[in-house]
Amino acid sequence: MERIPILKMGRYLLVTIQIDMHDRLAMTLQDDLTDRIVAHRAKAVLIDISALEMVDSFIGRMIANIAAMSSVLDAETVVVGMRPAVAITLVELGLPLEGVRTALNVEHGMALLKAKLRADADHTDADPAR
Amino acid sequence: MMTSAKTLEEVLKADEEAVLQEWLDAQTATRGMRSELLSRQELRDQSSRFLRSVREAVSTGGVDTSAPAYAPIREQLEELSLARARQGYTPTETAMFVFSLKQSLFSRLRERYKGDPQGLADGTWEVTLLLDRLGLFTMENYQKAREQVIARQHEEMLELSTPVITLWRGILALPLIGTLDSARTQVVMENLLQRIVDTGAPIAIIDITGVPTVDTLTAQHLLKTVAAARLMGADCIISGIRPQIAQTIVHLGVELGDVVTKASLADAFAVALKRSGLVVQKARDGQGAQKIAAVEPEEK
Repeated sequence: MERIPILKMGRYLLVTIQIDMHDRLAMTLQDDLTDRIVAHRAKAVLIDISALEMVDSFIGRMIANIAAMSSVLDAETVVVGMRPAVAITLVELGLPLEGVRTALNVEHGMALLKAKLRADADHTDADPAR
Repeated sequence: MMTSAKTLEEVLKADEEAVLQEWLDAQTATRGMRSELLSRQELRDQSSRFLRSVREAVSTGGVDTSAPAYAPIREQLEELSLARARQGYTPTETAMFVFSLKQSLFSRLRERYKGDPQGLADGTWEVTLLLDRLGLFTMENYQKAREQVIARQHEEMLELSTPVITLWRGILALPLIGTLDSARTQVVMENLLQRIVDTGAPIAIIDITGVPTVDTLTAQHLLKTVAAARLMGADCIISGIRPQIAQTIVHLGVELGDVVTKASLADAFAVALKRSGLVVQKARDGQGAQKIAAVEPEEK
């Protein structure tokens, strides 16, 4: 069965969606990602959807759900590289993904996550486990 | 019915030259001032070609203008009305090309049916029927040609009216001019989003100084554009909101949400610079001349 790879890089998890999402794949990703966030105690998740050419309302909602679940697990999530067509579709579908943080590309996304983690670290003392 | 068409055919066959001459005189009399667009010779060529085609068509197809025999006439009239619509002829001037033929044909019929009112009435009716149909056909095509011109201009306006400008590295501006309807917003939205992808600019300013009125629909279109840009990871600032428009927005109860709005493009640009970590300061060059430069601070 095909899966979307989740790469671990330090405290970050990288998810790059390289193939067209179908409903089953999105469900699997949701399971995998939440498992991995807990297993690795990840603090930040970056989801790259620059290769995603089509979305429907289900996939749109899945993206929003995955981002929400990650924040429940205390991992900052950013969705990067959304294509114009996908963005227009989501807006027309009435799914503006209010709670999801977005960035133009992986670089901007990583910068955003780094800034966020640094800000968090300033507020609470560094995690003793790391 | 065919008898009258026969008469018409005979009339045309007998005095085609004379009819043509009278027709030409009638045409030049009605649209006298158009000689700058169409020379007498050209008009003569068009007219004689038309008359010849009518004679041929009448002999085989009667007065039914949808008959195959009328194909060359329809073609010529299409061409003619298209050309005249483009040249800026008025509808009357275009239609008169066909209608002015009536007079000379009627006088021929009058001579032919001297003392036969029944025949004259029938003949007149058939000629009127034929020329009215052809005249209406001309008008329809004229209208069609005008609509094509309008459609083309509309398209050109769409393309021309949505330039996306790079104000600074990473800051785009979209000055909107004219009324925003759904079709235009679609083009504007796609243009802007594509440029955001191309340039990787995280901030876009939508300036609506040139938008005459903002109604709920326009506002909704704007908000959609902002939402789509946000989904892609770019922030939008709406600027150029005139006092009148601010009042309308509030009266209409449009909820702008957390979209940043500024009164002028300059204010929006200042916000954009600040967000990009840029500062604007005066440069001293000792000459008393003051230059303004945006300086990028050291990497943190």
